[in-house]
Amino acid sequence: MNTTWANIKTITKRELAAYFSSPLAYVFIVIFLLLCGFFTFMVGGFFERGEASLVRPFFDWHPWFYLFLVPAVGMRLWAEERRVGTIELLLTMPITAWQAIVGKFLASWLFLALALVLTFPVVLTVNYLGSPDNGVILCGYVGSWLMAGAYLAISCMTSAMTRTQVVSFIIAVVLCLFLILAGFPPVINLLESWASPWLVDIISSFSVITHFDGFQKGVLDLRDVVFFGSIIGFSLFVTGVIIRGHRAG
Amino acid sequence: MINVHNLAKVFGTKRAVDGVSFSVERGEVLGFLGPNGAGKSTTMRMITGFIPPTAGTVSVGGFDIVANPIQAKRLVGYLPENAPAYTDMTVYGFLKFAAEIRGLKGDARNAAVNRVVEMCFLESVLHQSVETLSKGYRHRTCFAQSIIHDPDVLVLDEPTDGLDPNQKHEVRQLIRRMGQKKAIIFSTHILEEVDAVCSRAIIIDRGRIVANGTPQELRQKSDYAGAVTLRVSGVDAAGVTQRLSQLPGVKRTAIIREDAAGVTARVFPKGTANGELASRVGEAAQGWKIEELHTEEGRLDEVFRGITMPDTAVDKKVEEKQ
Repeated sequence: MNTTWANIKTITKRELAAYFSSPLAYVFIVIFLLLCGFFTFMVGGFFERGEASLVRPFFDWHPWFYLFLVPAVGMRLWAEERRVGTIELLLTMPITAWQAIVGKFLASWLFLALALVLTFPVVLTVNYLGSPDNGVILCGYVGSWLMAGAYLAISCMTSAMTRTQVVSFIIAVVLCLFLILAGFPPVINLLESWASPWLVDIISSFSVITHFDGFQKGVLDLRDVVFFGSIIGFSLFVTGVIIRGHRAG
Repeated sequence: MINVHNLAKVFGTKRAVDGVSFSVERGEVLGFLGPNGAGKSTTMRMITGFIPPTAGTVSVGGFDIVANPIQAKRLVGYLPENAPAYTDMTVYGFLKFAAEIRGLKGDARNAAVNRVVEMCFLESVLHQSVETLSKGYRHRTCFAQSIIHDPDVLVLDEPTDGLDPNQKHEVRQLIRRMGQKKAIIFSTHILEEVDAVCSRAIIIDRGRIVANGTPQELRQKSDYAGAVTLRVSGVDAAGVTQRLSQLPGVKRTAIIREDAAGVTARVFPKGTANGELASRVGEAAQGWKIEELHTEEGRLDEVFRGITMPDTAVDKKVEEKQ
């Protein structure tokens, strides 16, 4: 057990260092913060609403930001290893494939956590202007991070499928887009016009938007946590299967 | 230390490795020879646990690579083909990572990194990014990674590929030195390396072992082994052939060069070679001016070609070239 964590930690440390040794990390963080700022204050109408809350103007945009930004973070995880051939080094080290998969995932997830934490000026602003419920805001952050984790696990899976980062990126975006659209109000409305309500319920229950909604309102529902957790678990499991498949020839 | 038994790997319909068995003990350096695509790298990947075998077993230090991969991998250092390394790290960072993932911590880790940096002459590029390294340095960085935990078993896939002659020499010295205490397998298609480094060599072709022995034994398989080469002047080719062919124990005589300065002939012995042929040829050459007379040791390259290209008449080809 001890060596398991030591191995995961070593992998995570290496991956994190790899992010910050390339421009990707800085570009990502700058774009993410710019997008957050612009959409919250300009498009989201933060000031016009006149309420001390981040639900609509801030968190509402996250599923859409992540759609493009998270696959960009996850696309290199395995594709690059396979392209350069370092996967042969990694998997002949005395570690299991699971430790490598979890270590890599954790590194990227921690990186996304850092990007989220850096949006703190938005929280300061709303606290300066009014007195929001900070519990609700914290809950929104937790949900946002979990959602990013789900996207990331999917990107991790698509990254293992290919040697080409761009291909991995595109497949991940398409899969994540499905997770959004399944609960996107205009799509739901369209579905309701012809499908029976139970079918619409099932489809929308696959959506990150449906499950993120609770977090935004400050409701920490176990079912929502399980939803994101199971997407992460399932995608990482499939990643393991894909990697084993490559090696079996 | 390494036991390979009936190892096979099938990719789709292609049998890349087909029933390979051998073992390597501590203190042995095994050269792995074969044409491109013969199954060398695939075999090595199975030994190091990168790909699972379709059939057969590999055990390293008594641990089966499929049943106990972690214990087996701990004992192995591996240099993959093309020496991959994380391009986004510095040499120092990469070696530190390799040491940590091998379970070395703190002082032990730093000592291990310092040791391999010294052994592989990496001081000058220690804080350079791997991406900016020349091929030789990158190769040595990956090699350093494979010996960082001082493993009992080393698997090196073309360790001298892409190095300049000096670096090749260094790496060979290193392998030979380490071979005294470790079990080493290395693949190459440079035959002189086999002589320089190996205590034993295996030739593999189309997934099967076609020859296995010391470099000396392999050379014995050559047609040239025991043949006597003679260079004389003052006589024509026909005269030389006539007189030499009548000697007892001679299978045939071939003229390999004839020019104004003289004639070079090669005399092949009947059956197994012995040292007498040279003296008999020497006696027969009485009256001619002998410029050169020696017994051939046999050539690895010719054995290699004879074994891996059985359909072509090797002997003829070699002679045509000369």
